[in-house]
Amino acid sequence: MLNTTYGFIPWDDAHHPELSQTNGETDGRWIFINGNNTPRVARIDLTTFETAEIIEIPNSGGNHSSPFTTENTEYIVAGTRFSVPYPQQDVAIDTYKENFKGMLTFIKVSDEGHMEIAFQVLLPAFDYDLAHSGKGKSHGWTFFTTYNTEEDYTLKEVTASQNDKDFIAAINWKKAEEYIAQGKYKEIPADHYNNRYNERTHMTDSELRKTVKVLTPEECPGLVYFLPTPKSPHGVDVDPTGEYIIGNGKLSADLTVHSFTNMLSAIENEEFETTIAGVPVLQYDKVVGGVVTKPGLGPLHTEFDNDGNAYTTFFISSEVVKWKVGTWEVLDRIPTYYSVGHLMIPGGDSKKPDGKYLVALNKITKDRYLPTGPEMNHSAQLYDISGDKMKLLLDFPTIGEPHYAQGIAASKVKPNSKKFYPIEENEHPYAALGEKQTRVEREGNIVHVYMTSIRSHFAPDNIEGIKVGDEVFVHLTNLEQDFDVPHGLAIQGAQNAELLVMPGQTETMYWKPQREGVFPFYCTDFCSALHQEMQGYIRVSPRGSNTPLKWSTGHPDEES
Amino acid sequence: MTKPRTLILLAGSLMAALFIWPLWKITLLAPQYPDGVHMHIYIDKIGGATKGTLQNVNILNHYIGMKAITPESIPELKYMPPIVILFMALALFVAFIDKKWMYWFWIILLSITLMIGLYDFYLWEYDYGHSLDPKAPMKFEGESFQPPLIGRKEIINFTAISMPHIGGCFLIISFLLGSFATYIKSKSSTIILS
Repeated sequence: MLNTTYGFIPWDDAHHPELSQTNGETDGRWIFINGNNTPRVARIDLTTFETAEIIEIPNSGGNHSSPFTTENTEYIVAGTRFSVPYPQQDVAIDTYKENFKGMLTFIKVSDEGHMEIAFQVLLPAFDYDLAHSGKGKSHGWTFFTTYNTEEDYTLKEVTASQNDKDFIAAINWKKAEEYIAQGKYKEIPADHYNNRYNERTHMTDSELRKTVKVLTPEECPGLVYFLPTPKSPHGVDVDPTGEYIIGNGKLSADLTVHSFTNMLSAIENEEFETTIAGVPVLQYDKVVGGVVTKPGLGPLHTEFDNDGNAYTTFFISSEVVKWKVGTWEVLDRIPTYYSVGHLMIPGGDSKKPDGKYLVALNKITKDRYLPTGPEMNHSAQLYDISGDKMKLLLDFPTIGEPHYAQGIAASKVKPNSKKFYPIEENEHPYAALGEKQTRVEREGNIVHVYMTSIRSHFAPDNIEGIKVGDEVFVHLTNLEQDFDVPHGLAIQGAQNAELLVMPGQTETMYWKPQREGVFPFYCTDFCSALHQEMQGYIRVSPRGSNTPLKWSTGHPDEES
Repeated sequence: MTKPRTLILLAGSLMAALFIWPLWKITLLAPQYPDGVHMHIYIDKIGGATKGTLQNVNILNHYIGMKAITPESIPELKYMPPIVILFMALALFVAFIDKKWMYWFWIILLSITLMIGLYDFYLWEYDYGHSLDPKAPMKFEGESFQPPLIGRKEIINFTAISMPHIGGCFLIISFLLGSFATYIKSKSSTIILS
């Protein structure tokens, strides 16, 4: 699953989980999440809460404005936070303005959830920070915030904070579909991997895709517009009606709200300030729908309840501020602990918010908990927002920065939750679908162990005839067909992680025995009253020895 | 006149339910099994609420040394279907000939069969509950693991409930209909005789 054009990359920097939607409402099918460092998007299947697919994003420098969805999960998006040379090449960094570009990617999601890159939009070398798609009347558009419209490449904390206004890039993806249909794209080489987990073989199909279709604003008029927005806007959030587009200008004293209706009429009347790289810049006065004046310091993100209220986080002043959409008046404010980033209201970024609770996700903890050295647990707060005044319900520690979250009614997910994989559907080529099929086979120095686990033993649990220098593949099938009974496998000296095998699943451990001796292996997932007894031994003989291949479970004289 | 014939025909036909639904159900309840473990005993097989039920019951049982329940080793699962078919055919025959003694024959034969069946079920339960492997990982002195014949019983951390299932309920209705048919037939015959 972790295969990329750079090879196996076992970690990434995840920021934004995003639930799939139908008709603008969360539907409980999947949750997507971005990988920022090696640009990727993963789809997690909510029947198993396991990663079902990962797609790599080419022509991207850092996949931050991702993976925000459209109203019916037609697309999820992946905008690059760091612009990079296009095409990627060896150039001087100070040729940034001429050689660097920012690419916005639209990933098509099929009814089965499969992800393929539909097209990419080539834009100036800004930093594309966050995104949200339109809904209702603005369905068909996706909005991306930008900073560093200065297009600088060093000491960005200063150089990228000079312009009074940066932009929200509005992409008309329905228009993009027309241009694709008309063939107005350039198909360019762009190697990227698509990794899909197969629930029947319990293995991943990793396939290389070689090209992407790129659209450029010069050749596709009406595809992209820039909405001037003060100042280095971070989050861009669309209210449940789809009319208002909130630009959370993190260095601005005020909160700017654009009107979708105004935007359409400004486009129609060609009320443009200027044009940048083929992208018309709309006149600020013509698109702005309202301003929340001096609500707090450092606005980052806004979500909504179902009563027409908006809730914005303020990083610098560490608070959540509640304000009225349409009148722009501030209604309430409550402190967070400390330096809040995202906030989450279940469905708070969808057409149908479930506005009873709000979670504030913080960046800094300081004095909330007992110190544990230089690094602290992080913190989040749960608020009740059902009344006029927000109320703190719970202040809780989290391991790692609680960056963003999604919330959904359990009733949308629970009925589809898988309890185990039916063993009769297991098509893993090395599965042992019963203890009678367990065996050890040698092909040269490759050894395949067909092993099973069931409470509370492995079969086989004694293996002999393995030699130093062999490459051993232990294929463990968990024969259990009961909910919540995984079994694990760890072998002393194995250089990769333990296995955790769900009921009905087969997983493979690769082990290269380094020295002779007898090595224990055991179940690492507390499975039963006799879990501690769930163990076995593998005898490793010297290279070139004649120890016969042997495997067994239990004493032979006791077998009936 | 035709009422007892209809009733005995109905009694015979309802037994077909035994080929669709389980005769009996044994349920094990414990907090860590929120859905319960429901073992279904059919006339020809042993199943459960899920495909893995029998395996899960056997996993639980092996800790205390109970024998694994293997449907192949229970001959009754082979005998029962022909016996049920026999009773269905006999019911048809009784309705066709419509003689009082035949009604009595059918219902008495069914009563004896049911009693033998229940006793046989008890023997199996006794055997499973008492013939424990001396090498069992866990031993509980004086504890009986025999499930109840009918009703509920606490067995270590489980509550075991043994009850007729849908097929079994149809069998009970068959028995009641057959008895009623015999009763009416006897009464009407008596009237004619007197």
